[in-house]
Amino acid sequence: MTDSILYSVILLALLGTVAALVLYVVSKKFYVYEDPLIATVEEMLPGANCAGCGSPGCRSFAEKLVGSDDISDLFCPVGGNQVMNLVAGALGKVVKEQDPTVAVIRCQGSCEVRPKTTEYQGPRSCAISALIYSGETDCQFGCLGDGDCVEVCKFDAMYMDETTGLPVVITDKCTSCGMCVEACPRNIIEMRPKHKRDLKIFVGCLNEEKGGIAKKACSVACIGCSKCFDICPKDAITMNNNLAYIDPEFCTLCRKCVDVCPTDSIIETNFPPRKNRNTDPGITIKVEPVKPQNDA
Amino acid sequence: MLRTFPKGGIHPPENKLTSSKPIKRLPPPNVVYVPISQHIGIPAEIVVDRKDKVEVGQVIAKSGGFVSSNIHAPVAGTVTKLDMIIDTRGYKQQCIVIRTDQKNESNFQDADLPLIAEISLEPEEILRRISDFGIVGLGGATFPSHVKLNIKKDRKLDCLIINGVECEPYLTADHRLMLEKGEEIMVGIRILMHALHVERAIIGIENNKRDAIENFKKLAAGDPGIQIAALKVKYPQGGEKQLVRALLKREVPKNGLPLDVGVVVHNVGTIFAIYQAVQHNRPLMERVVTVTGKKLGDPSNFWVKIGTPISELIEAVGGIPEDTRKIVSGGPMMGKALKSMDVPVTKGTSGILVISEDEASRGTPKNCIRCGECVDVCPMGLEPHLLMNLSEKGMYEKAAQEDIMTCIECGSCSYVCPSHRPLLDYIRFGKTIAKQLESNKG
Repeated sequence: MTDSILYSVILLALLGTVAALVLYVVSKKFYVYEDPLIATVEEMLPGANCAGCGSPGCRSFAEKLVGSDDISDLFCPVGGNQVMNLVAGALGKVVKEQDPTVAVIRCQGSCEVRPKTTEYQGPRSCAISALIYSGETDCQFGCLGDGDCVEVCKFDAMYMDETTGLPVVITDKCTSCGMCVEACPRNIIEMRPKHKRDLKIFVGCLNEEKGGIAKKACSVACIGCSKCFDICPKDAITMNNNLAYIDPEFCTLCRKCVDVCPTDSIIETNFPPRKNRNTDPGITIKVEPVKPQNDA
Repeated sequence: MLRTFPKGGIHPPENKLTSSKPIKRLPPPNVVYVPISQHIGIPAEIVVDRKDKVEVGQVIAKSGGFVSSNIHAPVAGTVTKLDMIIDTRGYKQQCIVIRTDQKNESNFQDADLPLIAEISLEPEEILRRISDFGIVGLGGATFPSHVKLNIKKDRKLDCLIINGVECEPYLTADHRLMLEKGEEIMVGIRILMHALHVERAIIGIENNKRDAIENFKKLAAGDPGIQIAALKVKYPQGGEKQLVRALLKREVPKNGLPLDVGVVVHNVGTIFAIYQAVQHNRPLMERVVTVTGKKLGDPSNFWVKIGTPISELIEAVGGIPEDTRKIVSGGPMMGKALKSMDVPVTKGTSGILVISEDEASRGTPKNCIRCGECVDVCPMGLEPHLLMNLSEKGMYEKAAQEDIMTCIECGSCSYVCPSHRPLLDYIRFGKTIAKQLESNKG
């Protein structure tokens, strides 16, 4: 009786020792050195694995950061400057500060201003309907409204507005990973600098048709009249194919272009409501109703 | 037992409303819109300018490369502008706008030219004319014909197949052409046999066109090289690969061409255009278009000048009926619903189909019940339900392994699906992405 217990204990002890020896030898022989910094850096990164930086995931981005000498052109859009500075501190390398960007939808073609002229019955996916035809409205450049961008957003930063049929970006949640930019077959979504208090001015239209045709398809279309181009004091606006584009690098957010746009196709966001200084009677200024604030 | 292809296929209601109606000539419209990309391949390059006077048949856009085609003025008149015009997909593309000179008699000259049966030209000259006169495949694919006929010496070619199948429901353009221009088509076939040095030609016609079969049998009597084959009525028999399989029992390899099994296939409409180009020096400027629909006042077949707006065709059959839901360019199976009636007739427009409310709507998609109907009917032996799922989930490489690229987009799977799943939409999408991936790799 005691024998059998003794034998099995000895046998198991032997087996364990042999296995431990084998494991020890193998782990020494095939040891792969990994820079402990990689794990440290990965820990610092947001861990969203969104691929917004260009690497397939946070791990490979960390490897890239540790591996390359010059990391000034690498940037994690989700973590922003804060995370990048942290990483730079840990690695002793230099990073370039980048303005945080946010996705903007360059189309205002809601059902009201851009009437539907046809009806689409196929699968509700922008990629498929763009392949088949130019969309339910007469504008072949604008939003198709099937929500491929919302589908790919990993941060719940977008939703489809049911009344307008257009996607909306929740600026606070947007990490500017760029998935929506890639998903949009019409190239409507652009990453623009967020500025302070999320002030942005951009042309909310991509219609390259001549003025009359564009206006007929959508009443807030850019008609390529060049009024904004003429008034811009910083030459930030370029005109191409009957379409204005505001270069965020030069724009100083003076809002002069917004005032002169005859079709309201230039969008301004989060600006304080301006005083009704109606200098030119031909110009209408959009004034949002102001909520009375309690001075308590 | 009539011949047909063995795998898959469906038999939708034929609805050939216009098969007994002779082809009428539509007077040239006041303005024609001639798109510069009416064929597969590189768009043609415009060689006229605003305010230029053009004659009937003058080259207005030159072929932009080997796989491209010349485009000729369908009417005599003045080029008013070079503009953009909406195409069948709803996107704008470049076109030449010509105002017709209604006093010029050449605009009213018709295709009923006297028959010239004697073939006097050398093969090289024949091929040159086919290329110069802008002949493209008129069955719908609009592949430039001279590319198909430019066969390297080392390729074995023993049979010419003439596609008179017209398996799409509703369409009767080829059927009427075979009845009315049978003699010309026979000459056209002989021209091609001469040019390609082949001894054998087979005209494949579905058995629902008995009169066309009889007509050709009469015309081909005494010519042992040309056979007439009656085929069982089955869609999509007009597909090249299906037709070659049905007539010769030869399997065209996947991703291959009929030439790989020694065959060249041409549509009867193309043959007629070739006849006119070679024997009469007449470029491709007009074609037969079936304008049809159950609710239309007078569905008809027309000789239509390329560039005629579709609204004029609809006007000619008595306007749009009350409850019209869709206007389709092409047949009901493979045609495209149009976004606007400003779309002009191009070389590939075989029919205009006006569909009413009750015929048009696509059912709401439900879950796949794994019934296997789509697998049964797929003429290419694919598994449409699998391909759809793969491309819906973004597994394009797997889809490519499952031969998504061999799909001929006939739409049989979507037609039979009891759950109304949009199979073809997804497969077509998957094909596009798979093609992109392939070209990125290579």
